[in-house]
Amino acid sequence: MLNAKIPAGPLETKWSKYKSTVKLVNPANKRKLEVIVIGTGLAGASAAASLAELGYKVKAFCFQDSPRRAHSIAAQGGINAAKNYQNDGDSVFRLFYDTVKGGDYRSREGNVYRLAEVSASIIDQCVAQGVPFAREYGGLLSNRSFGGTQVQRTFYAAGQTGQQLLLGAYSALQRQVALGNVKMYNRHEMLDIVTVDGKARGIIARDLVSGKLERHFGHAVLLCSGGYGNVFFLSTNAMGSNVTAAWKAHKRGAYFGNPCFTQIHPTCIPVSGDHQSKLTLMSESLRNDGRIWVPKKKDDNRKATDIPEEERDYYLERRYPAFGNLVPRDVASRAAKERCDEGYGVGASKMAVYLDFAEAILRYGKIEAGKKGDDNAGKEEIIKLGKSVVAEKYGNLFDMYAKITGENPYETPMRIYPAVHYTMGGLWVDYELMTTVPGLYALGEANFSDHGANRLGASALMQGLADGYFVIPYTIGNYLADELQTKPIPLDHPAFVETEKAVQDQLDKLMSIKGQHSVDHFHKALGKIMWDKCGMARNEKGLTEAIGEIQALRAEFWQNVRIPGSQHEFNPELEKAGRVADFLELGELMCKDALQRKESCGGHFREESQTEEGEAKRNDDNFSFVAAWEYKGPGSSELHKEALTFDIVHPTQRSYK
Amino acid sequence: MKLTLKVWRQQNSQEKGRFETYQVSDVSKDMSFLEVFDVLNERLINEGKDPIAFDHDCREGICGMCSMYINGRAHGPWDETTTCQLHMRAYNDGDTIVVEPWRAAAFPVIKDLTVDRTAFDRIIQAGGYISVNTGNAVDANAIPIDKHDADAAFAAAACIGCGACVAACKNSSAMLFTSAKVSQLALLPQGHPERKQRALNMVAQMDKEGFGSCTNTGACEAECPKGISLTNIARLNREVLVAGLSSE
Ligand SMILES: Cc1cc2nc3c(=O)[nH]c(=O)nc-3n(C[C@H](O)[C@H](O)[C@H](O)COP(=O)(O)OP(=O)(O)OC[C@H]3O[C@@H](n4cnc5c(N)ncnc54)[C@H](O)[C@@H]3O)c2cc1C
Ligand code: SF4
Ligand code: FES
Repeated sequence: MLNAKIPAGPLETKWSKYKSTVKLVNPANKRKLEVIVIGTGLAGASAAASLAELGYKVKAFCFQDSPRRAHSIAAQGGINAAKNYQNDGDSVFRLFYDTVKGGDYRSREGNVYRLAEVSASIIDQCVAQGVPFAREYGGLLSNRSFGGTQVQRTFYAAGQTGQQLLLGAYSALQRQVALGNVKMYNRHEMLDIVTVDGKARGIIARDLVSGKLERHFGHAVLLCSGGYGNVFFLSTNAMGSNVTAAWKAHKRGAYFGNPCFTQIHPTCIPVSGDHQSKLTLMSESLRNDGRIWVPKKKDDNRKATDIPEEERDYYLERRYPAFGNLVPRDVASRAAKERCDEGYGVGASKMAVYLDFAEAILRYGKIEAGKKGDDNAGKEEIIKLGKSVVAEKYGNLFDMYAKITGENPYETPMRIYPAVHYTMGGLWVDYELMTTVPGLYALGEANFSDHGANRLGASALMQGLADGYFVIPYTIGNYLADELQTKPIPLDHPAFVETEKAVQDQLDKLMSIKGQHSVDHFHKALGKIMWDKCGMARNEKGLTEAIGEIQALRAEFWQNVRIPGSQHEFNPELEKAGRVADFLELGELMCKDALQRKESCGGHFREESQTEEGEAKRNDDNFSFVAAWEYKGPGSSELHKEALTFDIVHPTQRSYK
Repeated sequence: MKLTLKVWRQQNSQEKGRFETYQVSDVSKDMSFLEVFDVLNERLINEGKDPIAFDHDCREGICGMCSMYINGRAHGPWDETTTCQLHMRAYNDGDTIVVEPWRAAAFPVIKDLTVDRTAFDRIIQAGGYISVNTGNAVDANAIPIDKHDADAAFAAAACIGCGACVAACKNSSAMLFTSAKVSQLALLPQGHPERKQRALNMVAQMDKEGFGSCTNTGACEAECPKGISLTNIARLNREVLVAGLSSE
């Protein structure tokens, strides 16, 4: 059994007790310690800036042309924090409780409580940096609600919350770059971890412009490299998001936690054709005001606006009266799939449902008319006023929808369908965010930690920033305090030489294949297997087939991929090839993990395990554990378990009815 | 649709570039502009040719990575739209589309349509932040901020750092980009303690990077995908003026 090193004592005092007893490194010594940070999204930028402020020497890496472009920039809806500014009964405990329940009782109580505890400080920090959150007329911060909760605790900046938070962390990072405390490596990709005597001591990175390999030493290495949703090819993730950093660490000894836990987001713009390169999210915040429905009749080809009210099935409101359109994502996604599979889908592909704002527009319009004292406003006037309220709240999302689909969502309901969005799984870490490789940490979406089997909306931003601003600055000291005697390891040390050679060999191999098919060809084929057999619904037969198919595809890839150009130049196809090679290994592990977990929980739905009403049915007796996989050579892995115990929240069948 | 693409090809920053012409067919109106490049690249790879290098990542109009100069306009014909959000509905069968990289001395070409925009990072390093260490903050609601100021700060902060303003400007000025950050922080009380140095230092860095000066043509605002307004440049000029006066 794995030990997560959760501090003893009552839940409420674990973190404060940890902080007051953890080993410290004095300021003079911090300057002698070097930390490598891979990734400059919310987790990486906040960690790199905070550690540099403390005095550590930091090197930060990202593969984009600037740290400001990390995938975090795309987060739309908001960030949770237990501020209770709305006086609606929120508290650290309630945020903790909602998160454990939302995650379907597959996360650690100790971690989640800490997350809820530090959440309020995140908002303070961001506001101090100049993050322009939405405000009320009184000048105070505004909140909205998100799925899976009944309070308003989500802070936001229009539909661009991730952008504003990332630019806050980016500016803190740039300040440290200017001060000389952080050295930033843009357009660099980490391709392996260097370990010495079992500890992480550095990395091999490729300069993506020149193609040269580089060796970098660090007393500790932080992986903040994001999630792996792109294993499905189509997802809401940025095109470059990948698993390579985490996967290479896995192959060097870091266990991979719950790889099959994937979040399929209910509200995304549906696929429009074979050319589709990615899917676009329509923020969950839209479910605050939008109502989801399909026609009551199968194969109803009328225009949405021609279908009368009584012939519409608001299926979420029907099935889940307590939470209605605001049920958690996994529940909403499965419900949409169920309707479409039954033949009630809409649009040309019939794989879509409606998200309708007509009623919200009327409701807001009436309120606005009332504010103006205009009780006799005509319907047209009301609609006009209502549209402007909706535009203020969601304007950028509506514009994006219109550009992509060519339809006007103010006039006709949006068509939406679930898409891969987030990965709860990731590198296994203990309470200190350390992986099973000493000195190697994982933060943000790259780790598996706090969301169990399903993440609540607006909680990824919270977790990434909690990890980077408020957790790692404490926990890393506990390790580095014992590393003061470690001198920087010379870059000609055999460990660096050998690891670089392994990286070089893989690049040589990839370039030498000169096969028939492009990297995308393989990536799309993998994505199809994953979506069909390891997607929203999974069963034993499909997963077993998928494993065989992925193995065959992987073999084919290594025989037949075609990469143009050379490795000694800027070569985006070569970058993609390395990433897809790792996805081809990860995909198999995800299927194995999904196969072993013979229960349904959160986003993991095993068709064999459902209630009579078709809801996910957990099996706490046998599966109340974190699956942590150890790499044992190509295609081979060993399952370790971390038992989950619940002292405070008692697992029950999740109900949103 | 059938289209003719004339695309700038340049092996690296040293070599001279040239236009290459490609015919693409089966373009659907629902495709994004970058998806046409995906399809073309797939074909080039299959033909054993070198695919076209272009920057992109989010494909949602927010990361600021995509950057194509299309028929003489930064990010193409649609207003307030990045290259990745431009869809082929904008074009008709038989159209010819000329695609170039951002052209500016401060943005050297890396390959084909990919340029180096690290100069923008260095402008931010010169002062585009508030000096507050992690853990130093007061309660977020301790300082109420007028909603109009907060909204105006947000509008300025919406800049995605794409560089279209520079590409659109005949002087390759980075004033719109720089002023957006200076404005955001000048509009918020948190930004006040450092506002004088910030404006002076960021402008100095901008000049040092080789961006041209601003002659108020407004081309930047017209091509900015995020609607960053020229009033930000006016505010920056004011900030610089005040800072200059008070430092004398
Ligand atoms: C469209 C969308 C909307 C979302 N909206 C919300 C929301 O409203 N609220 C919410 O809470 N969450 C939201 N999420 C989820 C959230 O945005 C992400 O989970 C979170 O931002 C991840 O942050 P991160 O720092 O862990 O990783 P990322 O932001 O993905 O950053 C990864 C970093 O790692 C670098 N990197 C990766 N591999 C390497 C390598 N090998 N070498 C060097 N560098 C590497 C990248 O360059 C990048 O800098 C959304 C996600 C999507 C897709
Ligand atoms: S001001 Fe506009 S055009 Fe210039 S970098 Fe910012 S978003 Fe791009
Ligand atoms: S690819 Fe991110 S803005 Fe276009």
